[in-house]
Amino acid sequence: MAQLESNFRNASLVLSVIILIAIAAVTSVHFITNEQIKTTEANRKLATIKAVLPFDVNYIAKAQKLNDGNELIIVHKAYNVKKEFIGAAVESTTNNGFNGKINVMIGFDKNGEILDYTVLQQRETPGMGTKIINWFKTENRNQNIKGKNPGTMNFTVINDGGEIDAITAATISSRAFLFTVRNAYNAFCSSKPECSADTSENKNCKTK
Amino acid sequence: MSEEKYPGIFLNELIKKNPAFVLVMGICPAIATTNTAINGLSIAVATALVLFGSNLLISLLKNIITAKLYIISYLIIIATLVSIIDIYMQIIIPAVHNNLGIFVPLIVVNCLILGYSELFASKNNAAKSMTNSIIMGISYITALTSLGIIRELLGTGKIFSYSLFPEKYGALLFILAPGALITLAYLIIVMNKFLRN
Repeated sequence: MAQLESNFRNASLVLSVIILIAIAAVTSVHFITNEQIKTTEANRKLATIKAVLPFDVNYIAKAQKLNDGNELIIVHKAYNVKKEFIGAAVESTTNNGFNGKINVMIGFDKNGEILDYTVLQQRETPGMGTKIINWFKTENRNQNIKGKNPGTMNFTVINDGGEIDAITAATISSRAFLFTVRNAYNAFCSSKPECSADTSENKNCKTK
Repeated sequence: MSEEKYPGIFLNELIKKNPAFVLVMGICPAIATTNTAINGLSIAVATALVLFGSNLLISLLKNIITAKLYIISYLIIIATLVSIIDIYMQIIIPAVHNNLGIFVPLIVVNCLILGYSELFASKNNAAKSMTNSIIMGISYITALTSLGIIRELLGTGKIFSYSLFPEKYGALLFILAPGALITLAYLIIVMNKFLRN
């Protein structure tokens, strides 16, 4: 096939056809895969929630979104087969990380004790700030936050007068992570009618 | 680059025209995404698929794309393919896609793809373009995967997240950008030595 003559009409026509085909291709792939992507994302979220709530969860309530003024915090309340409230997985975010956003899913039991956590998203320095993934669940001195209740202790790094060991050479990342957990705890408390939203008094959230 | 004959011995071309170690093309993702072997492999496979698709389409359309529009037309074709690959990566490997972040859409401006489209696909038929792109793709996958394996092993003691020795004995440098450049430089030296012999 000979080269098409280069003039305004041919150029406009060819470019328009290429653009229309490109739009059609991307749009159709988007429509075909949209549901699948949503399902994959929902399954991933569910797996993350169940990973931080290590007991037999029968039902997870529809996500409750709370705005703390800066970021959206999402509370997933969990119930057992007797429909009793057993805890919640709270997704909390902060932009105070060393390199920006840190997004964490924290599991609380019904009394507000931390069961487990998973770092969903972070851009911290590799080998330093990235240690938040496992540091605060490792049993060593005062760094493990599992089993601790942010309502009954000074839940900040030791450098700031708190009781939690920060990651060596990654104090900013540690501060940001614990800030995220404290926000998650506040949201957990305020989502339960039994608890006061004012946790500055360090109230221990307990169900009746 | 004018009309070329069919490539010679497959393995010979695979090594002599390695995009990352010999031609030094597509280095940006090679440095940024090869902190783990799986990330390097994934971005290389995505790039190879885009390279194959774009070379095929451009070689088929080369006679109707006018001279003044070739850059914009090639970019639209490449961007469409990258968008489609990006969507499918969200389904097939969502965790890795999340880790790669902005570097998947940045495949559009990978000079390997645009360069080969202009230098080869626009001047050769579909069969030769497909063959060449397959060879280039396999070379690129080999290069980025080996770079990722070395960096992950030296940096964390793992290969494809399988731990070979404790992470505390790894050198943090190799996970960061300077380590990527150092590793790449040594691999280029090794490849050049091999080619000279």
